[in-house]
Amino acid sequence: MELTRRKILAIGSGTLAFASLSGLPAFANLTDDAITSLTGGKELGEGKISLTAPEIAENGNTVPISIDAPGAVSVTLFADGNPVPNVATFKFGPLSASRSASTRIRLASTQNVIAIAQMEDGTFQTASSNVKVTIGGCGG
Amino acid sequence: MNLKLWIALAAGTLSTAALAQDSNTLVIDGETLVTETAAPAHMENLDTIYSGWRFRSGETQALEVDDFDNPAFVFVDQGLDLWEEVDGSAGKACASCHEGVEDFAGLRAKLPRVQDGKLASMEDLVNSCRTERMGAEPWKWSGGQMTAMTALIGLQSRGMPVEVKIDGEAAPFWEKGKELYYTRVGQLDMSCSNCHENNYGVMIRADHLSQGQINGFPTYRLKNAKLNSVHGRFKGCMKNIRAQPFKEGGEEFKALELYLASRGQGLSVETPSVRN
Amino acid sequence: MASGVKPRVKVPKKASAGETITIKTLISHKMESGQRKDDDGNVIPRSIINRFTADFNGQNVIDVTLEPAISTNPYFQFDAVVPESGEFKFTWYDDDGSVYETAKKIKVS
Repeated sequence: MELTRRKILAIGSGTLAFASLSGLPAFANLTDDAITSLTGGKELGEGKISLTAPEIAENGNTVPISIDAPGAVSVTLFADGNPVPNVATFKFGPLSASRSASTRIRLASTQNVIAIAQMEDGTFQTASSNVKVTIGGCGG
Repeated sequence: MNLKLWIALAAGTLSTAALAQDSNTLVIDGETLVTETAAPAHMENLDTIYSGWRFRSGETQALEVDDFDNPAFVFVDQGLDLWEEVDGSAGKACASCHEGVEDFAGLRAKLPRVQDGKLASMEDLVNSCRTERMGAEPWKWSGGQMTAMTALIGLQSRGMPVEVKIDGEAAPFWEKGKELYYTRVGQLDMSCSNCHENNYGVMIRADHLSQGQINGFPTYRLKNAKLNSVHGRFKGCMKNIRAQPFKEGGEEFKALELYLASRGQGLSVETPSVRN
Repeated sequence: MASGVKPRVKVPKKASAGETITIKTLISHKMESGQRKDDDGNVIPRSIINRFTADFNGQNVIDVTLEPAISTNPYFQFDAVVPESGEFKFTWYDDDGSVYETAKKIKVS
């Protein structure tokens, strides 16, 4: 029975079977704590920075992410569904041009990627993006 | 789900990647590669063949478009270092005998081929140089040194059409490979054709099934972040269908490699490609 | 030093003064996260590149702190302004204390 069922699932399934679509990230508190320790609990503004991430990542091991944060001194990236939420911090030096950067990150499951930028005036801006991580099949 | 629908979906995600090309056309360094062409005459069940690149998402496709964004090139660089590196009792490097690696343009497109009555893959050619001319230890079939070297040599043929010989003395090997392709094996009782001929273009759980073309190998996979040999990929497929894999570098996989290469006749060599 | 670590960088060969240029960098590194276990169930110790810097003629362009969530073979793309001809210096810092460096010259007219 077991094998037959699997086989039917494997071959017959023509639907997009996205694994976890749960709305509640398991490590939300860890992420909140990490963000608070970065900002000192200051208010987070929105709309001045942007984060580009795929809607669906073909493999969670390598997910391309870009940030664009004009007027930022630094940008920290978090992934709220990873065992450790911190991903990277970009500090822009005197010779950086646009305050933008791209990298490739690991996402353990479907989750939010969050960018927090510290602006030149000391305020904070945020942007986030939900990335669905597909699991299973032969590519997973 | 058919291929067209998937391509439409892929095109939708591409807009965020800000690419100057669509998901149907692969242009690398100004050169347009063939990712879709009429199936060769020997293929009875398919009219059109597609490179695996066509089945990937916009983000994955984008990684292959630029040789710097393509992470495989760090291994191509390692291959260049190995090319110069003296190894073995004869005190030779590849560069001691071969003038430039560019001289291997065209080789990838014609492999595997019959040599001295045996079917030879590129890995065989590299290792025979190492053991017979350099007096060095052979490299592991799918090891980092071998895949770096086969990526470097394969790159010299990028853009050239796959053109393996399947008649004459190659015929019996090709027949054997074809038989393997259509033979059901493993606990799931599946053949290569079940997925890659009968069901390409559909989703197998979260994965988009390709035609299983091998024109881009060795390929950098996001899954394991390294170069993967053709035989290594065959092994992975066989494990997925709960079969006991054949040996990398063995007669079965070499025959299958020849048959699969022949199913991609006319597609451009894409080495080193990027896949999920 | 972790084995087989090799940096790659892409910097334009020339630019005009004050022009914004795009730089891409990649280094081969396994970026062992410290979250994985081996076949015997033991945690494989973390071993990553934890910092990357790009400087031009002694002035900083970007300074990145990396966590284990950065993918194998870390890749960065960013922009710089070049006031005069000179040399970019790229530095990667490994958990094990190794430092990998590479430099690229650019001609500014």
